Parts: sequence; structure tokens; C-alpha cells
Amino acid sequence: MAYLTDRKRATGMGSAKTGTAHHWSMTVSSVGLLVLVPLFIFTFGRVLGSSYEEVLAYYSRPFPAIVAALTLVVGMMHFKNGVRVLIEDYVHGAAREVLIIAMICLSYAAAATGLFAIAKIAL
Amino acid sequence: MVELTLPKNSRITTGKTWPKPEGATNVRKVSIYRWNPDDGKNPQVDTYFIDMDTCGPMVLDALIKIKNEIDPTLTFRRSCREGICGSCAMNIDGINTLACIYGLDEIKGDIKIYPLPHMPVVKDLIPDLTHFYAQHASIMPWLETKTNRPAKEWKQSIEDRKKLDGLYECVMCASCSTSCPSYWWNGDRYLGPAALLHAYRWIIDSRDEATGERLDDLEDPFKLYRCHTIMNCAKTCPKGLNPAKAIAEIKKMMVERVV
Repeated sequence: MAYLTDRKRATGMGSAKTGTAHHWSMTVSSVGLLVLVPLFIFTFGRVLGSSYEEVLAYYSRPFPAIVAALTLVVGMMHFKNGVRVLIEDYVHGAAREVLIIAMICLSYAAAATGLFAIAKIAL
Repeated sequence: MVELTLPKNSRITTGKTWPKPEGATNVRKVSIYRWNPDDGKNPQVDTYFIDMDTCGPMVLDALIKIKNEIDPTLTFRRSCREGICGSCAMNIDGINTLACIYGLDEIKGDIKIYPLPHMPVVKDLIPDLTHFYAQHASIMPWLETKTNRPAKEWKQSIEDRKKLDGLYECVMCASCSTSCPSYWWNGDRYLGPAALLHAYRWIIDSRDEATGERLDDLEDPFKLYRCHTIMNCAKTCPKGLNPAKAIAEIKKMMVERVV
């Protein structure tokens, strides 16, 4: 219980002067994924069900490997920003910060693991 | 963490069922949320039966009839009775709207009336809108100018005046904000659709000279960017306005400033 005026409660700590960069980066990654996801499905679908050697040979070519890598990186960055909004929406208190940190770590770890796998196949 | 269930003392129980009017042939059942801060009991839903042959056409007419003829303790806000003051906003048949302009014939089956969702209740159908009004005040809902006041009026072209249509009509009934899940979960920091619609009304006003400051004040992950275009606000607005579009326009202006 604190004796705050209604206006003080509404204003809080004022504007964080940020938010647009996050909004813009979500917009950019959405547009990127709009192009990348169909390309990834198209390239990945071509070797679906093929033998191990055929898949290795296909992903040694630059185009499918780069499409897969870009889809993964842009996808995980979009995931990172999107889940952050989700956490901010539904989780309050100290758990919010902990979950945001965990989610950022998870996103970068997933992207790095995927990139390593693609590089290993492609190179 | 988000509360998905009501606190123990807010759980609704079955209340009193009032007798049907004698001799009436055209009767409708009305279930109304009741809560009295003075009796220490949980909220309850009371059931009333009204004679439709002697009742006006709107939900507010039914409420006034109940208060006058059946239960004088029923408490609700009302004033203009024509959708201008915004006092009688409540949740009717699952929709936040104004009781005075919502027809009883629009409701199929029993009539269920609750206060606006997710707001503290003062009594019965009266929500506490203190924070909602303070948030409105925080967006400076007035003309801000730096230029010396002109001898006559601040001039505005017909085209610029038209930009305010669909914005100035808001009566601050809080139907939109209290229908917004983002406002339910983060209403302490998120300004909500009503305050943001008013913010845009002043941002887009050609006579206002505080556009930059207004945008600066809104640039915040919580004040503005909690809007996820759920569109409940536009669906429920009893005046047919579209706060979600106004918020999208603010976001577009924010991006214009940096890209």
C-alpha cells in the first residue's frame, strides 16, 4: 500500500523511450521469414526421403545451405523477440527477467547448434 | 503471473431469485451480478423477471425498471440515456457495451449483466475507473501549442478536420480497454485502447504542436506496444470506433521517425 496519486500511478516511471526498434525488428524478420520459409520448404522438400549421400551432396551446394542457415538464424531471432513479448505479457515480477534471459540463451544456442550442423554438412 | 482464476473472495455464487410479476404474460429473465462491499459476502448473481409489456426497449430501461419496481438496492451508473455520456457501460450478454443503446431484442434467451471485466468493483455494476481516467489524463488530452495564440481561432483545413472523425466521438466508456486481454494482464502499465485512441486524436490534430513529445511519451514497450492487434476493442466499441487502427497509426508514425 502506498499513498500515490492516481496520476502518479498512471505515469509510473515514464516512457522507456524504446520499443520501436523491437517492433521494427519483428516486422523485418516477419517479412524475411515470409520469403525464407517457402524457400526452405522448397529446398528441404526436394531431398526429403533421399539417401544420406544425396542429402550431403545437395546441402554442399551454396543455395540450399545458405537458405537453411538464414531461415534458422532469422527464425531464431524472430522467436527470441516474439517469446520476449509473450513473457512480458503473461509473467510478472522477477520470474519475467529470469525467463527472458533463459529464452535469449536458448535462442542463441539453438541458432548456433543449427549453424554448426549446416556448416558440417555443407563444408 | 497472470491470474486465470478469480481470487477466493471474488468467486461468484448464486444469489436471490426474485418472484415473477403477477399476471404478466411476456416475461424475461434477467441475471445480474451483485456485490456489496459492506456485507463481506462474495459476489452473487441475482435473478429477476421483468414484464416486457411494461418495459422500455433498452437494457438500461430494464435495469431502471428493476430498480424502481423490484429491488431499489441495485446499483449502476447512468446519465444521458442516449450513448453520449458513457456512464452505463457494462458487460451485457458477454459484450462490453452501453446499456442505454443496447436493445433487449438484440439478446437471445436470458439477459445476463455483469460489470466491465477485470476492473475493481465499487458496488454491483459499478467498476472503479480511477486508473483508467488517470491514464487518459496522462496522454494530455488537450491542445498543446508553442506558437503565440492567434487573434481569433486556431485554423484547421476541412481535410485536416476530417482526420479527427472516428476519434473525437469516443465517450470514454471503457468498454474497449476492459475487453482487451493485454489491458487485463498489464493494465497498470499499458495505456489501453481508449487512452491510445485519444492520444492519436491529439497526435493527428494539425493544430497541435507537441507531436514529438506525445510520441516520445508513448514510446514504451508497455504503454503502447502491448497492443497485439487482438481487435476486441474495435469489435466491442458501442460507438463503432476502431481504437486498434488508431494504435496501428501511432506505431506507423513511430517507425517513420526512425526508418
